[in-house]
Amino acid sequence: MASNQIMFILFAAMIVVFSILTVTTRKILRAATYLLFVLVSTSGLYFMLNYQFLAAVQLTLYAGGIVVLIIFSILLTSHISQNFESSGWKKNIFSALAAIIGAILSIVTILDYSFSATTQAAQEVDMRLIGKSLLSVEYDGYVLPFEVISVLLLAAMVAAIVIAKKGAPKKTVLPNLNQE
Amino acid sequence: MQNRLGPNRVGPFGIFQTIADLFKLLFKELIPIKDADSFLFNLAPFIVIIASFMAIAAIPFAKGLHAIDLNIGVLYVIAVSAMGVIGVLLAGWSSNNKYSLIGAMRSGAQIVSYELSVGLALITIVIMAGSMQLSVIVEAQRDGWFIFKGHIPAFIAFVIFLISSTAETNRGPFDLAEAESELTAGYHTEYSGIKFAFFFLAEYINMFIVASIAATVFLGGWMPFHVGHWGGFNQVMDFIPPFIWYIGKTFFVIFLMMWFKWTFPRLRIDQLLTLEWKYLLPINLVNVLIMAFIVLMGWHF
Repeated sequence: MASNQIMFILFAAMIVVFSILTVTTRKILRAATYLLFVLVSTSGLYFMLNYQFLAAVQLTLYAGGIVVLIIFSILLTSHISQNFESSGWKKNIFSALAAIIGAILSIVTILDYSFSATTQAAQEVDMRLIGKSLLSVEYDGYVLPFEVISVLLLAAMVAAIVIAKKGAPKKTVLPNLNQE
Repeated sequence: MQNRLGPNRVGPFGIFQTIADLFKLLFKELIPIKDADSFLFNLAPFIVIIASFMAIAAIPFAKGLHAIDLNIGVLYVIAVSAMGVIGVLLAGWSSNNKYSLIGAMRSGAQIVSYELSVGLALITIVIMAGSMQLSVIVEAQRDGWFIFKGHIPAFIAFVIFLISSTAETNRGPFDLAEAESELTAGYHTEYSGIKFAFFFLAEYINMFIVASIAATVFLGGWMPFHVGHWGGFNQVMDFIPPFIWYIGKTFFVIFLMMWFKWTFPRLRIDQLLTLEWKYLLPINLVNVLIMAFIVLMGWHF
């Protein structure tokens, strides 16, 4: 077995195991940590594909950004002794069903697609290429999604500020943890 | 800097003290914490140290002396070093201790906000170099370091990078996460033995990484000091091996950071966040624009 096959199996196994652990653990911060492992292993897959840009973006945005935010909010709200009660069997069955249907759907789609094998060397994706295609209006350009996402982010930021401002007149809403 | 001798009994002038300290830490008892989340408690130091070592992989020590030369080197270093904060947060929470928790919260808020400044300061230089590959960035500084080539915006970026990277590595005057007068030791209060040493080591490795990124991106990495057309002077400079240049520059930046630590008093958390969000970030954004304008007009050297 080639070394990259071994690496692939390793990453895939990590993704599967930690994904299952994420949804089955009863401790919320452990769930966040397992989620972190899933995201890091996914970026490992991207590194294997030689798509380093996406891998680094995955690390910065998901591992460094989103998981940190999740952990941060858990730190603010929950206590270490807090365990979630296990959900009822009805919920378990329906969520398992939803997960299995989703998995079947994506597996069928992937098997349906004819991957054409190529002997060409992996293309070097440099910064210039990414920047140009992000801003290009040609057939392969991504300027529309780029702008749509920026509008979405702006809306989210405005909304966050509005929510944060709401409690301003009544000063006693949240004690500031950091200054105690 | 400190006007004191330090430990001087182990070996000549105490140069083997660090090795003795290492053995001491290795053999010390690891105290398990009752009521702590032991899985996360044991995991946290490893996340911190792995993040630090992964960042080292991308640093060019000399020409070709490079573990991996990614074409997105700068982004990779930012991405990987961002992972360290997760270890700190986990450590603080799983210790089940209020000091640790507050230390971790402070550290999290601080690192997440100062990361932006670090990234933007590096982007300013990436605009000039036209590449994120660290070896290309160093090569582009053959005829002059970026801090001289990019004059005003590069210098502003360098100063911002120094300030925000000092904050990102939790060093004084930004060491609120472990402010010993308020929080005993912050997020690693409950750690002992080699696990504590991991946090300690990671902090110093991070300082080294940050200093070497500053040296690579702003001060020319392993490139010798060259001045325009002074052929003789340049040749003399070439005789000093690149590794020495690299180490020299890195230690210069580390010296600056130590200097900060012993000069300024510790900030309060609100002052710290004000500094970042109200001063450094706007300055930085404007600075990126200025740099892009200068590069477009060709006003750099």
